Parts: sequence; C-alpha cells; structure tokens
Amino acid sequence: MSLTDELYRETILDHYHHPRNQGELNNATIKIEGVNPLCGDEITLYFNADDKTLSDVKINSHGCSINTASGSIMTECVKGQSLENVKEVINTFKTMMLSKEDNTELSEELEELECLRGVKKYPVRIKCALLPWNTLQQGLERLSSGKTDNQDQYVEK
Amino acid sequence: MMNIEKIRQDFPILDRKINGHKLVYLDNAATSQKPNSVINAISDYYKNNNANIHRGIHTLSEEATTAYEDVRDKVAAFIGAKETKSIVFTRNATEAINLVAQTWGKTNILPGDEIVISAMEHHSNLIPWQWLAQERQAKLRFIELTPDGLLDMESAKSVINDKTKLVAITQMSNVLGTITPITELSKLAHAHGALLLVDGAQGVPHLPTNVEEMGADFLVFSFHKLLGPTGVGILWARPELLEAMPPFLGGGDMIASVWRDKATFNELPWKFEAGTPNIADVIGAGAAIDYLMALGMDNVRAHEIELTDYALKAFQTLDDVKIFGPMDAKLRGGVISFALDHIHPHDLGQILNESGIAIRAGHHCCQPLMRDLKVWGTARASFYLYNTKAEIDLLIEALKEANKVMGHVAYR
Ligand SMILES: Cc1ncc(COP(=O)(O)O)c(C=O)c1O
Repeated sequence: MSLTDELYRETILDHYHHPRNQGELNNATIKIEGVNPLCGDEITLYFNADDKTLSDVKINSHGCSINTASGSIMTECVKGQSLENVKEVINTFKTMMLSKEDNTELSEELEELECLRGVKKYPVRIKCALLPWNTLQQGLERLSSGKTDNQDQYVEK
Repeated sequence: MMNIEKIRQDFPILDRKINGHKLVYLDNAATSQKPNSVINAISDYYKNNNANIHRGIHTLSEEATTAYEDVRDKVAAFIGAKETKSIVFTRNATEAINLVAQTWGKTNILPGDEIVISAMEHHSNLIPWQWLAQERQAKLRFIELTPDGLLDMESAKSVINDKTKLVAITQMSNVLGTITPITELSKLAHAHGALLLVDGAQGVPHLPTNVEEMGADFLVFSFHKLLGPTGVGILWARPELLEAMPPFLGGGDMIASVWRDKATFNELPWKFEAGTPNIADVIGAGAAIDYLMALGMDNVRAHEIELTDYALKAFQTLDDVKIFGPMDAKLRGGVISFALDHIHPHDLGQILNESGIAIRAGHHCCQPLMRDLKVWGTARASFYLYNTKAEIDLLIEALKEANKVMGHVAYR
C-alpha cells in the first residue's frame, strides 16, 4: 500500500481541509491548550460540561493533517455525550493507537476513527493523533478536580 | 572547484536506500554526515591507542594525550585563533554558551546591565541569557530583522548602548540562512564596551571563519554539524577572558592542587575541562578538520552558494510556495525554510521521506522567530558539500507530488 492509501486517506484529508467544530467557545467551562514541543503542534480545546454531560466542544488546531483530523473527529465523537461515554471513547481510541495488536473494535458511532488506524505504522505521527485526546483527558481531570478557572497546558511527552 | 562525485564516495551513508530510494540528505543544519576518515579515526583510536589522557606515563596514554591535544592545534588553525590554550573542548555549542553564561556571565553581569541577542537566535543562544538576565536583574534585548530576513543594523544601533555588556549573535541563522555582519557588530559592540559572542553552530561548518577578522570575543560551535562526531563542541575565547573566568564544572583534570577544604585550578584550557573528556570523538573531530582544510572552506562556500542559488530559483517554479529569508544566495547559507500553502511541514516531511528525501519540519528550536513569522513551523532543506543540483531537482519533484497527495488542487 502506498503512503497515500495508508496515511493520507480521503477521510483524513476531508477533516483536515474542513475541520469540524473549529474555533472558540466563549465562557467555556474548560479551556485547555495542548502542545507537542517536538513538532510544534498546538491546539486549544474548549468545552462546556456539567457533572454529567459534555454539551459542547470546540477546538482550535494549528497542527498537521493527522493532528487536525484527529481533533476534528474527536469533537464529533464526544459532543453531547455523557462524561462516562466520553471517557470510554478516549480509552477506546488510545487503546487502538497504542496497543501492539490491531484488534480494537470500533462501534458504529466511532467508525470515523477507523481512518486513523493507519497512523500506527508511523510511530512519530502517533503523537500527532493523540494530542487532542490527551488534552481532552487532562481537561476532564481538571473538571472533576473542580479547579476550572486556572489556565492549563497539556504537554505531549 | 570541488569534485562532488568524488567527495560523495567518502560518505558511506549516502549509499543508503530509504523506502527503496537513494537517500537524499537535506537535513545538514540539524547534523551533517561523516566521511570515512572521521569514522576510521574513531575506530582506529579505540583499536590502537585507547587510554585516559593527561595521567599515564605508559605509551597508550601518551599517544592518546598527543592525539587529543593535536586536535586543539588544528581547531586553532581552522578558526584563525592565535593561541591553542584559547580552545576549550565542550560537549556541543549549547554547553559552550552555558559555560560562558555561568562563568563570565555570573561574574560580569550586574543589575541594570543589558545583554543583546537577535530575533532569530536558536534556543541555545536564548535560554542561557534569559536565565542570566533573570538572575542578575539584567535586561535581555533583541536586534530585529528586516522584512527580507536580514539583521537590521539600524535596530542593532538602537539597542546596543553603554549598558550593553554582551552581544550574543548567530553567525548564520539555522532557519533563514541569514549570514550576519559580524565584523560590523563587533565594532558596534566594542565601541560601547560590550563583548561579542558568536554562535558559530551554523556558520563555522559552512563559511570561512577567522576569529581575528570577525573581531569576536567568544566563538562557539559543534563538530557534529561539521562532518565530525556528536559529543564535541568548541568554546574559543580571548585568553585574557578565559583567565579571568571562574571554572565551570569541578572535578578531575581541572585542578592544580587540592586540599580537604580548598583547591587551586589548572591553567588554560584544562581549567574548563573537568573529568575525562570525549577523547575518541575529539580525535574524530580532528579528522573532520583535516577533511575540510584539504578541500578549502572557500571552495565549500562557493559550492553552497551555487546550490543555494539554484535551489532558490527552482523553488520559485512551484505554486504557492513561500521562502523565508533573503533571496540572494550570497547573503545566506544553504538553509532554506519554506512553506507550501495548506500543507503542514510535518506532512511534507513525511511525504518527502517516502521518496528518501530527508528534510526537517518544525520550529527548529527557534520558537520566538516562528511567532514573529506567524507560522507554527517551517519545512527546511539544508545543504552541505556533498549535495548536488540533481538532488535539488528530486526535492522539487517530490514537493509537486506532495501537492497532489494532499489534495491541494481538489481543495482549492
Ligand atoms: C544556530 C544554532 N545555534 C546553536 C545550536 C545548538 O547546537 P548543539 O545542539 O550542537 O549544541 C544549533 C543547532 O541546531 C544551531 O543551529
């Protein structure tokens, strides 16, 4: 398979060129930045949530195609979901990207994530795909800690 | 004129295949490849002469010491330094800058003093000065760039004043390729009683360099960008400055006499070389100097002007390409940062790698400059003496291909 088939799939390019839920949320419950100092990917993630539901989410991406597409698909997967579900989606995606085996099943709602599976073959790019998800995870931790007002940054290691 | 095909045969890695294609190595600003003579010097040393230096009377130790110290003479000759004792071996350029900041800086920078650098410095020539300025309540000031990416001498004149104690500046930018007017800056700095530190990490490997002609007070560089091994850097400073500076790291080799409660320190340059140094790689570095001196740095520079000129023109045949930095090859080195519309540098790097072409993508350790340029990163192709016009043609072809892969046409 060529690089184009494997990595730069139609779906990825579509999300890259037309990212969903891009922009800012005024007065968001949580605003959190994510950076990958190695390659310079930077995102800002905004979401509104109470203790049960993540009602709205927006993302400002300045990353590569993989980073932008991953963030875009993520917003579609988690918007309007219960926090419980959101955490599960994060887990599913991270397991899919990080496990050695390639047998993570995606439910119908998460089908769109399938296009990112090919990224696994390019270890340096996995971090690009994970950045939005790790940033969301840290944002959720801040939400549950109750410290919603301070500026925070997730730094990819 | 250099015979590039012959030169290429000295670099075994250039025969490598990457993804089925012959390697096209265009990431020389990050690190250069190494000729056989360097690789062999290191393995010969381990096979035949390995011993610790400055401490044995046995044959091996003497041989190792002589080989190590001979390289100091070579470095002095290479950069036109008058005295061998003014050459200090470090791990890399970064360590050399930190050495100056921690020793000269801490004894010379006082509250209210000013340190001047430029808007295009590598983090290596920024962070140590940020720290020093914070610690000493000194002010860090910046020389700005002109719109075409040259150092703005009007800005230099306005920020360098009698409070300036140090001007620390790159000889050549690792992002824009810009070559800075070091001699002019030296005059300006000295007229205000300030010293000049030159970050030669990019300059020394590619430009004929003479510390006396430059009027520098400190020069730092790394051998891994200069055909040499990793793990060897140089600090050159005017000997009277080194004499007056306190030691950097403490330990073996840097001492003269030691008591339970005090010590006196070794003379130059060993005062600054605590512990067992990187003997093998210093010897490899000596072979790198031999290689470049045999070719002549004027010839290296001439080849790179020719390549850069060719590349700058070739880039302009691409659609939607932006080149950062000066467009006149004589004012810049062979480092070309560029952006293609709507293709993130990270994606470009990956697509080019499919064709065996190695470039760098990212912020190049110059985040403040990236912010000034209002980009998140750039793609960067950088050349050295073994690169050819044919390789630049391959790069340009691959960039056209990248436009297709990323659906550029369909998107617009
Ligand atoms: C202009 C400049 N200064 C300093 C450095 C730091 O060199 P090193 O990492 O070898 O210490 C580099 C290397 O990237 C550079 O390009």
